[in-house]
Amino acid sequence: MPEVKEFQLSCPLPLSSHDHVLLGHGSGGKLSAELVQQVFLPEFSNPALARLDDQAILTVNGCRLAFTTDSFVVKPLFFPGGDIGSLAVHGTVNDLAMGGAQPLFLSAAFILEEGLPFEVLRRVVRSMKQAAEAAGVQVVTGDTKVVEKGSCDNIFINTTGIGLVPDGVEMSADRARPGDKVLLSGAIGEHGIAILAQREGLQFESSIESDSAALHTLVAAMLEVTRDIRCMRDPTRGGLSSTLNEIAAQSRIGIELDERAIPVREDVKGACELLGLDPLYVANEGKLVAIVKPEAADDVLAAMQNHPLGRQARVIGSVTHNNAGLVTMRTTLGTSRIVDMLAGDQLPRIC
Amino acid sequence: MQYIDEYRDPQIAHALVAKIVKRVSRPWVLMEICGGQTHTIMRYGLDELLPPQLELVHGPGCPVCVTPLEMIDKAIALASRPDVILVSYGDMLRVPGSHSDMFRAKAAGADVRIVYSPMEAVKIAQANPQRKVVFFAVGFETTAPANAMAVWQAKELGLTNFSVLVSHVLVPPAMRLLLSQPANRVQGFIAPGHVCTIMGYSEYEDLVHEFQVPMVIGGFEPLDLLEAVLMLVEQLEAGHAKLENQYARSVARAGNVQARMVMNTVFEVCDRKWRGIGSIGASGFRLRPEFAIYDAERVFGMEEGGAEEPGECISALVLLGQKKPPDCTAFGTRCTPENPLGAPMVSAEGACAAYYRYRRHAVDRQETECPK
Repeated sequence: MPEVKEFQLSCPLPLSSHDHVLLGHGSGGKLSAELVQQVFLPEFSNPALARLDDQAILTVNGCRLAFTTDSFVVKPLFFPGGDIGSLAVHGTVNDLAMGGAQPLFLSAAFILEEGLPFEVLRRVVRSMKQAAEAAGVQVVTGDTKVVEKGSCDNIFINTTGIGLVPDGVEMSADRARPGDKVLLSGAIGEHGIAILAQREGLQFESSIESDSAALHTLVAAMLEVTRDIRCMRDPTRGGLSSTLNEIAAQSRIGIELDERAIPVREDVKGACELLGLDPLYVANEGKLVAIVKPEAADDVLAAMQNHPLGRQARVIGSVTHNNAGLVTMRTTLGTSRIVDMLAGDQLPRIC
Repeated sequence: MQYIDEYRDPQIAHALVAKIVKRVSRPWVLMEICGGQTHTIMRYGLDELLPPQLELVHGPGCPVCVTPLEMIDKAIALASRPDVILVSYGDMLRVPGSHSDMFRAKAAGADVRIVYSPMEAVKIAQANPQRKVVFFAVGFETTAPANAMAVWQAKELGLTNFSVLVSHVLVPPAMRLLLSQPANRVQGFIAPGHVCTIMGYSEYEDLVHEFQVPMVIGGFEPLDLLEAVLMLVEQLEAGHAKLENQYARSVARAGNVQARMVMNTVFEVCDRKWRGIGSIGASGFRLRPEFAIYDAERVFGMEEGGAEEPGECISALVLLGQKKPPDCTAFGTRCTPENPLGAPMVSAEGACAAYYRYRRHAVDRQETECPK
């Protein structure tokens, strides 16, 4: 048997920077951050954008407006717990709400694929109407484009939203401070698993439904307790982990989570085990994380638990001096590990 | 979650750790072979719980990591053909070849699809008779039966547009190479539970006998691994060298006879190159001659061609347990999961990637607390 020598070792050269857009650039992970930092920010640089929050906060004639936009390309169009229409309303309402804003008006732009059945389009639009009414927002302007068959996948929707931010609310991802508490409004991973189960044709004992919901009334209830909440985010693409990593990076602090405190439904856990996924990286569409000063944490938590969308709210961790820029987790066994931001999408492991 | 939570119970874990602490009287170096086991150790921070005398080093059992560069290059070349649909397990897509990876090939127009089972690749071939479907058949003995079954089914169905790019490797030859190294430090092994579920454990008994080294077949949950460590420590402290089976709920002595039958019908043993290590004799599978029409390398005339892998990192020493990931100067700086320099950083199951992903904060802390 030959002896293996160090000089025989063979390693690939690292790949050069990306020449083309990869799917991972849309994953909400490191590649997405890279895209924003390297392509968009240098060109569009301005103070409102530099906050890098889910919405811009703009002062116009003394009014503080929250302004945001989001595009929806979900496949399948209809899934347990929602569809692309309700998601397009909830997503933009939530991006406004994470700035503490009362959402007011939405735009809706549709990119439709040639050949799309009207029945499908009507169903989506009806669902948008219902979601908007329930959230108390109006769709006040819009646009439609039709592209050749194959140029898009049935329907893509963009919604833009405007809302009003109450005085005294200054939430931003760079405001977390050591000692603050990390609050989570409920169980994670439901939206991502609902979509994946539908796409892969997986059957579970009970159907896992998307948590898609408009969170602005929950946010309002939390701000009733104190307007001095440091920051809120809804952990959508990239899951809880990516959201907390963004906050840790922007505030230059560490975040330490307690694994036992993070609620995950049993069926979601089971699906994740089966699919080789970690629920910390799976998308949510009706959950929020809030960074709250320690002295206000109990009262804010109580307000969350009194709201239908925050019944399962928990304190899941705290902000630390240590490990600035990193999210770590105290595991169920009492050890500590990193909860990293993924480069791209989560990939199932081979075995 | 029933049948999972039982194997993650903190109280039992700490009881096992207490037993290990009590039993250890001097330093021992243990190796877990399988990448899935490495992943669990890092994810749960099991090494943090063990007494300092026990050193866990991480073995070569990450199939994604050790798939040679030229096979990745071939997969990318096939995927880039307009007439081909390349079907793969998910975590192969991010692995860099000489110049690209499959994600980049996909962005440039290649039709690359991820599946959980090779049978799905057969279905894709049935559904796309005008296209050529190639399944990238990688892995250890664990994935070999299912990959063999896909070829078998394709034959039964009379498919003419299905083939497999085979890069299968076998665990025991790599362990034999590792144990034959004069610089070998490993004194006890946690053998790969899922490989043994298929293969049974007579091959491992041979290794135990040949090298007089203790071995415990271990599972993949935290309690499996802690129990396997305890069993190894008991053996080492008592001066025994035998094969024990911790993962008895899955592994039988004879393994899975039917799975092996399919595997041996379709595949035969051959020499294979391991990324980061080099060629190892009789360490892999290729298709038997009677299944040659399903061999993508033959179908597309790609038998020739290797890729020179320029050497910089210490991956062979990591894969053979002689060094640990943080011993490498490039670890976490020039070499990260986004830009891997070597085999163990390319997949989540690779030792370097697992360290980076879960433990780099502890690595830093160790360095500041214990300056060398």
